[in-house]
Amino acid sequence: MAADNLIEIDSVDYWYDRRRAILSGIDMTIPRGKVVAIMGISGSGKTTLLRLIGGVMKARKGEVRVDGQLVNKLDSNGIYRLRRRMGMLFQFGALFTDLSVFDNVAFQMREHTNLPERMIRDLVFMKLHAVGLRGAHRLMPSELSGGMARRVALARAIALDPMLILYDEPFTGLDPISLGVIRNLIRRLNDALGATSIIVTHDVQEALEIVDYVYYMSDGRIVAHGTPQEMLANHEPLVHQFVYGEPDGPVPFQYPSRNYAEDLKLGARHA
Amino acid sequence: MPERAVPSIRRIGHTTIDIVLRLGYAARFIVLTLLHSGTSFRRFGLIIREIYYTGVLSLIIILVSGLFVGMVLGFQGYHTLQTYGSESALGVLVALSLVRELGPVMAGLLFASRAGSAITAEIGLMKATEQLSAMEMMAVDPIARVVAPRFWAGFLSMPLLAAMFSAMGVFGGYLVGVVLIGVDEGSFWSQMQSAVDFREDILNGVIKSVVFGFAVTWIALFEGYDAPPTAEGVSGATTRTVVTSSLAILGLDFMLTSFMFRGV
Repeated sequence: MAADNLIEIDSVDYWYDRRRAILSGIDMTIPRGKVVAIMGISGSGKTTLLRLIGGVMKARKGEVRVDGQLVNKLDSNGIYRLRRRMGMLFQFGALFTDLSVFDNVAFQMREHTNLPERMIRDLVFMKLHAVGLRGAHRLMPSELSGGMARRVALARAIALDPMLILYDEPFTGLDPISLGVIRNLIRRLNDALGATSIIVTHDVQEALEIVDYVYYMSDGRIVAHGTPQEMLANHEPLVHQFVYGEPDGPVPFQYPSRNYAEDLKLGARHA
Repeated sequence: MPERAVPSIRRIGHTTIDIVLRLGYAARFIVLTLLHSGTSFRRFGLIIREIYYTGVLSLIIILVSGLFVGMVLGFQGYHTLQTYGSESALGVLVALSLVRELGPVMAGLLFASRAGSAITAEIGLMKATEQLSAMEMMAVDPIARVVAPRFWAGFLSMPLLAAMFSAMGVFGGYLVGVVLIGVDEGSFWSQMQSAVDFREDILNGVIKSVVFGFAVTWIALFEGYDAPPTAEGVSGATTRTVVTSSLAILGLDFMLTSFMFRGV
């Protein structure tokens, strides 16, 4: 494995049912320090790929390496050791609803370190300051707006200065202001922490503005990859339809169905 | 016709396999919970916090129900005993009914509906909102951090709640029998003291409440952890917790009683 690649995925297949592959023949390299987007329509397999990288699921075939470690061969202790160096932002934040904003961010520090409470306090305030929510440390998750919750979850994800940050649909359901804030934070925090980020998303415009590289997935395969500029100029019909949000194309508007006239029983009426 | 019977037989087979599989998962779940209990005992504060939510917050319903059950026992017991001129034995009747049966069983049923349903709903919603997944991604084992403290909290709370139910019941019986009806106070207490045996009656009642606490908390936690992560899934799991726990309490009560009184 090249030392400058944090993640290397080699010929990975994944399936629940052998007859229907979720991922097939995935090859991917993600260099250290970069922000990489994995894009594709719903059901294309991008979240599954994120789970394979996080060790939530194990590849049925092929290799997933993170920082030189073969994730699909690690035991549960090995996976947990690796995850201590990862942060993950879930689609809707997944904040612990029984803990305050402060305690949510402090959670990992208290679980994994023996730091004194005073130092934890300072670290939590620094993380919350980075996402602009130091003043909200006493609030409970139920008192936060969607955008604020996502920012708190981001502060929690970077609590232990991870080497890798995984984002699962970080832009879903946000207002334009919150969306802009989260988008800029993802880039800024990645560069400030010297981390590597993977964003799984289908929000094209937001992602293309901040990422260094894009993988486009369809039907469990990588069908295109390149820099944001290359993706915008890509003439592959699938990529073009996705990037420009066209309603019809290789991904049809109509769900497969019988003949329209047959469904309306037009023949029977005229008979 | 044999061909017609095939779908029914197949359905019965599927249902049986599903039940056996779920029993297997539930058994594996409780073994994992017990094996991952170290964190809970090293950080006992986690258990104390859960005892507050499952035990302390169930106190009101337990105490009020205990009082009313005891008062009703006072009326019913007096009505029956006076027919035989034995109303002075009212204290014995109230105390034995409560510590042997009604205390553990009623407290168990109330615990299942108050605390058991809350545990299932909480864990199920944590799963549905990806809080458990988030915990796993933070390299924190949800079984050790979320499930085990709740299990031990329920296990420890239940016998205490049953004891409080019985104590309030005896007080309710005293209020009706002695204060309201006028049964002799001395014979009410002294006959109770001489007739209630610590090992035969009180200890057996405690054993029952410990078993019920184990069963209810196990069922509630498993149903929550196994719930489909949808609103419908969580609501179904909550209902199943109450129904299964209640039936388990009644079934276990019969079994335990038949063991305890086998020498009679």
